[in-house]
Amino acid sequence: MDDIFGIPAPLLFGQLLLGLINGAFYAMLSLGLAVIFGLLNIINFTHGAQFMMGAFVAWMLLSLGTAPSGRIGLVLLLWPLAVLLLDWALGKLRLAQPVRIGAAALFSVAWIGSAFMEGGGPLSAALGALFPQGLSYWWALIIGPIVVGATGILLERLMISQLYKLDHLYGLLLTFGVGLILEGVFRNEFGSSGLPYRIPTELSGAWDLGFMFMPVYRGWVVIAALVLCLATWLLIEKTRLGAYLRAATENASLVQAFGVNVPRMVTLTYGFGVALAAIGGVLAAPIYSVNPQMGTNLIIVVFAVVVIGGMGSILGAILTGFGLGIVEGLTKVFWPEASATVIFVIMAIVLLTRPAGLFGRA
Amino acid sequence: MADTTTLTGSALSGQSTTSEGLWGFSRAQLGALGVMVVFLALAPFFLYPVFVMKLLCFALFACAFNLLIGYVGLLSFGHAAYFGMGAYIAGHVAKVWEITPVVAILLGGAVAAVLGAAFGWLAIRRAGIYFAMITLALSQMVYFFCVQAPFTGGEDGIQAIPRGSLVGIVDLSNDLAMYWTVAGIFLVGFLLIHRIIHSPYGQVLKAIRENEPRAISLGYRTDDYKLLAFVLSCTLAGVAGATKSLVFGIATLTDVHWSMSGEVVLMTLVGGLGTVFGPVVGAAVIVTMQNYLAEMGAWVTVIQGVIFVACVLAFRRGIVGEIGNLLKVKI
Repeated sequence: MDDIFGIPAPLLFGQLLLGLINGAFYAMLSLGLAVIFGLLNIINFTHGAQFMMGAFVAWMLLSLGTAPSGRIGLVLLLWPLAVLLLDWALGKLRLAQPVRIGAAALFSVAWIGSAFMEGGGPLSAALGALFPQGLSYWWALIIGPIVVGATGILLERLMISQLYKLDHLYGLLLTFGVGLILEGVFRNEFGSSGLPYRIPTELSGAWDLGFMFMPVYRGWVVIAALVLCLATWLLIEKTRLGAYLRAATENASLVQAFGVNVPRMVTLTYGFGVALAAIGGVLAAPIYSVNPQMGTNLIIVVFAVVVIGGMGSILGAILTGFGLGIVEGLTKVFWPEASATVIFVIMAIVLLTRPAGLFGRA
Repeated sequence: MADTTTLTGSALSGQSTTSEGLWGFSRAQLGALGVMVVFLALAPFFLYPVFVMKLLCFALFACAFNLLIGYVGLLSFGHAAYFGMGAYIAGHVAKVWEITPVVAILLGGAVAAVLGAAFGWLAIRRAGIYFAMITLALSQMVYFFCVQAPFTGGEDGIQAIPRGSLVGIVDLSNDLAMYWTVAGIFLVGFLLIHRIIHSPYGQVLKAIRENEPRAISLGYRTDDYKLLAFVLSCTLAGVAGATKSLVFGIATLTDVHWSMSGEVVLMTLVGGLGTVFGPVVGAAVIVTMQNYLAEMGAWVTVIQGVIFVACVLAFRRGIVGEIGNLLKVKI
């Protein structure tokens, strides 16, 4: 039991576990891409940056009392959520459209302006005073996807929605540009060396599985990713809301004719996909260092994963993600030099044999 | 042609009118070509030659990219792979094998062509968004290959590549001599692309862009046409990269990085997708911007992102496309 194919068992299982963790992130990200692509017909190039923002929100929340730059960043990241809430409230009051736009604009100027005041302004100071100990990982798991999802919703409302009548490639170019902006801003503010994020105490330590030691946090990531993926699958395949979504994917105008508010569904779907990426980012924060490039490097591999799986099926995206993570881990054991490229080679083979992808429809 | 949903349709209204004037250039295009040639002839005397050479290399790169996006409707998001591979090969040939620069550049283009043939053969199985993702993924594979391969020098890249001499007579370490060589390469590449677009083959490419099923029904083997266009584009990208590595004497990982692929998309978008002179103008704008903003670090990335967003949302014709639209000519 010590050697398997001449490889020490701990090494083999260690790499398998690493592969499984990478696979968990591939699955979560490609799932979000597939959900967004299904309804919006765009490839969300910002996905990597949104994943990175999830990790940064986790770090900002934890260091609310200690890092002023993080506090200011959080105020700015909270702005889309605040504006959306304000607009929703004004909508409930049945105010006219110009009034709502004017109020939102004034509110935005005040909110963003406050962040650029000396010392970070009152909002940042209030955050620091309210939570001197910071907000824990568990809060980040809830707040991260909400905050980042709100930025996604605002992005869809203001920009992406302008492009639905154009060639889908424009959506790709737009989201690529937004990704560049986000990555550049975070690199300017927080450097590119990476910020540490400690594993929450409840999840530190390791389990002895008999054949290897399994860090609790890594096991948690795999389980959490599986649960999230399955929940998304259930939501889309087994609920009424999911049925609307699938129907709108097939024929949006027909679903709209039945009285479903399709534009709102499109917006919320984008927000949901972005929130999935952000949860991935929060989960990744203690494993990888929190740095501005963490998403971009991952997302190109995820594109290959998406091509391999094909975007037709939710379950397909999940299976391909985990499967390819494991294949990558195994390659690291048997042929380390090829581990960076193995997924791309598999993509080439799949394109030769099944151009629509393993689970895709032609 | 009024179909504004295609990526370049709006910029190209009236494109399919039969070519008139010299070599398929319209009168407006001849005028623009004249301006460009005069600029090329005068530039080294009032601008820093190395800067103009950099600009020309990227202009050729962008023109090669535009051949695909503008005339076949294929968005390749991995053109850095061919540009960078051309740069590495030319650098290796000129430095280690000590072969004359012309051969180095040709070999750089040839290797990019072979790479393009292999990748294009894979990628043209899918269209649209998938095509972009596949080319991006394949170029990332080339990037990882270049990180590990011994001949690329890893993080350091290939440095101190000698410029050598042109057929043993003209010493290219002289900036001005190198400039005329680069200008020559650029003009040949530029005219070659123009010739390709205006050949019967180029007309078929446009037919494929506008309506591929119809082109198939007319009996054209569209995959072969698309693959050839892809290989031609990659070859010219490789030549551009090879020339760039000789001009600066370095070939590094930056040349194969995905951000380089993004940059060439940006240049073409700024100048005008599917316009003849757009990529040149776009390359000039972006290279100049990088030059002046170099000390701003990561803000350059932010500005590039902002330009991307602005172009897509409000400025889809690009600079040259907008000018052409104002003057009601095609340039």
